[in-house]
Amino acid sequence: MAKPQLFDVKKIRKDFPNLSVKVHGKTVVYLDNAATTLKPQSVIDATVHHYSAETSNIHRGVHYLSEKATAEYEKTRESVRAFLNAAKSSEIIFTKGTTDSINLVAHSYGRTFLQKGDEVIISEMEHHSNIVPWQILREEKGIVLKVIPMNNNGEFSVADFEKQLSPKTKFVSLVYISNSLGTINPVAEIIKISHRQNIPVLIDAAQTVNHMPVDVQKLDCDFLALSGHKLYGPTGVGVLYGKTDLLNKMPPYQGGGDMISSVTFEKTTYNVLPYKFEAGTPNIAGVIALKAAIDYINSISFENIMQHEQELLDYGTKVLTKIPGLRLIGTAKHKAAILAFVLPNIHAHDLGTLVDEDGIAIRTGHHCTQPVMKHFGIPATSRVSLAFYNTKEELDLLAASVKKAIKVFSPKL
Amino acid sequence: MSDNSRAELYQQVILEHHHKPRNFGEMADATHDAEGYNPLCGDHLHIYLHVDDNNLIDNVMFKGDGCAISRASASMMTVALKGKPVAEAKTLYEEFHQLILGHLKPEKDPNQLGKLAIFSGIWQYPSRVKCASLCWHTMKGALDKTKSVSTE
Ligand SMILES: Cc1ncc(COP(=O)(O)O)c(C=O)c1O
Repeated sequence: MAKPQLFDVKKIRKDFPNLSVKVHGKTVVYLDNAATTLKPQSVIDATVHHYSAETSNIHRGVHYLSEKATAEYEKTRESVRAFLNAAKSSEIIFTKGTTDSINLVAHSYGRTFLQKGDEVIISEMEHHSNIVPWQILREEKGIVLKVIPMNNNGEFSVADFEKQLSPKTKFVSLVYISNSLGTINPVAEIIKISHRQNIPVLIDAAQTVNHMPVDVQKLDCDFLALSGHKLYGPTGVGVLYGKTDLLNKMPPYQGGGDMISSVTFEKTTYNVLPYKFEAGTPNIAGVIALKAAIDYINSISFENIMQHEQELLDYGTKVLTKIPGLRLIGTAKHKAAILAFVLPNIHAHDLGTLVDEDGIAIRTGHHCTQPVMKHFGIPATSRVSLAFYNTKEELDLLAASVKKAIKVFSPKL
Repeated sequence: MSDNSRAELYQQVILEHHHKPRNFGEMADATHDAEGYNPLCGDHLHIYLHVDDNNLIDNVMFKGDGCAISRASASMMTVALKGKPVAEAKTLYEEFHQLILGHLKPEKDPNQLGKLAIFSGIWQYPSRVKCASLCWHTMKGALDKTKSVSTE
């Protein structure tokens, strides 16, 4: 691989046209990357190129354009395989996103292999997309959901996990990096322990693959879910990684075109991996553009990304905690560049509206993690989630804007 | 949007009601009450009404957590409703609804909104419209004897 270039944030920012958009007359300060990341020009170009020069359906034509589109689509599969260091590209299944990937597993694996009384372990900091599919399965099959509690820093330990583990545990599904707290969870150790009992583990890596390298073979996770749009790629495309033997055992999630090898009214034979799980015409342009996103990340390198984001996290923590009364929510030892906080006298939604007037985009609310809000006894937080194209200057602008909002809200005596 | 839109949404009147909400607290002898919940932002309100034999709302109280907009709106609603006949409260509900959607322009359309017209600019903040309307939906729910109201 080519040696990574020197990290030049000014130059990098030019690759993201959305960074020069004006909001309320000011250049946008985009600090909502955990909701979705902006897209580099190369991803936009790849999408436009597909629709303007290579439009075709895949896996079903002998004509030139169809073969070209199929080849491009399959190139992304190989690119994702390399990105995650999966053993085979047939272990990479394209989905709509993390939510879709988790539902696929809960539906196909869960309905087939989990029985009444079997226990599934999740944690208190899961995104709703890793809670609700299991609750649906609980209604349907009578499985039992066990929840690893977290402490007030927003972290749980391997020992906390082991307390939930029992001979009845049959599945573990955990978030790697929490979207509302930034916590990096000790999933590698948890996977190792689970495997001693032959328990498969799904990792929700929606907020991980954009911040640090993930090696599915080294982690040894059985399933891993991610979303393209949080990885500088397009919306509507995601990935489920799964180990071959598990995927082979699992029945299809949806029936339709592409997922079959032969259909008669008497009997249908399912296609091989990964096509068995890709029914219907997929998001072809999205998948093709996802490769451009991965290429872009590789060109910057995780080494640079991690170093810059760590600097931003440290700096952001410093400037925010200097604001009187501000309380960080999520103070884990190991965390990614996510800063959530509350202020004593300003509701998150008021703050969100006030900083928006300065062109600053932050997320306010429960971040699809209501149990986390409940843990801290708060209705909502304001969340700053950073990407490698953010700068310290942007964090200064945020801090100034927050201080201004506090002034607006201080009671006039 | 104009540069003074922040000033428009967070006017002194709204901030003042937020800091010192009127009619805040529980009502032991309420004839009607309901809880309102906005799952999107976690806002939570409880509205209590006392309706007398002449169908007059002689007392209104509210309780709950929420952003400044939802709290100020609830506070101002209680002030507006106190002493009004139930039928008029329902008219106000309709007018307020049209106001925050930007359909009713208080300067030209006839209305009884009075001070509530201050919320006329909120339609420009689609994500905040529900903050202002939660108390009204909850009040309507209480009058209609619906115990729990959700904005979703
Ligand atoms: C940790 C985590 N898991 C899952 C999801 C769901 O991702 P998507 O909405 O792309 O399916 C998100 C998105 O916010 C997330 O942050």
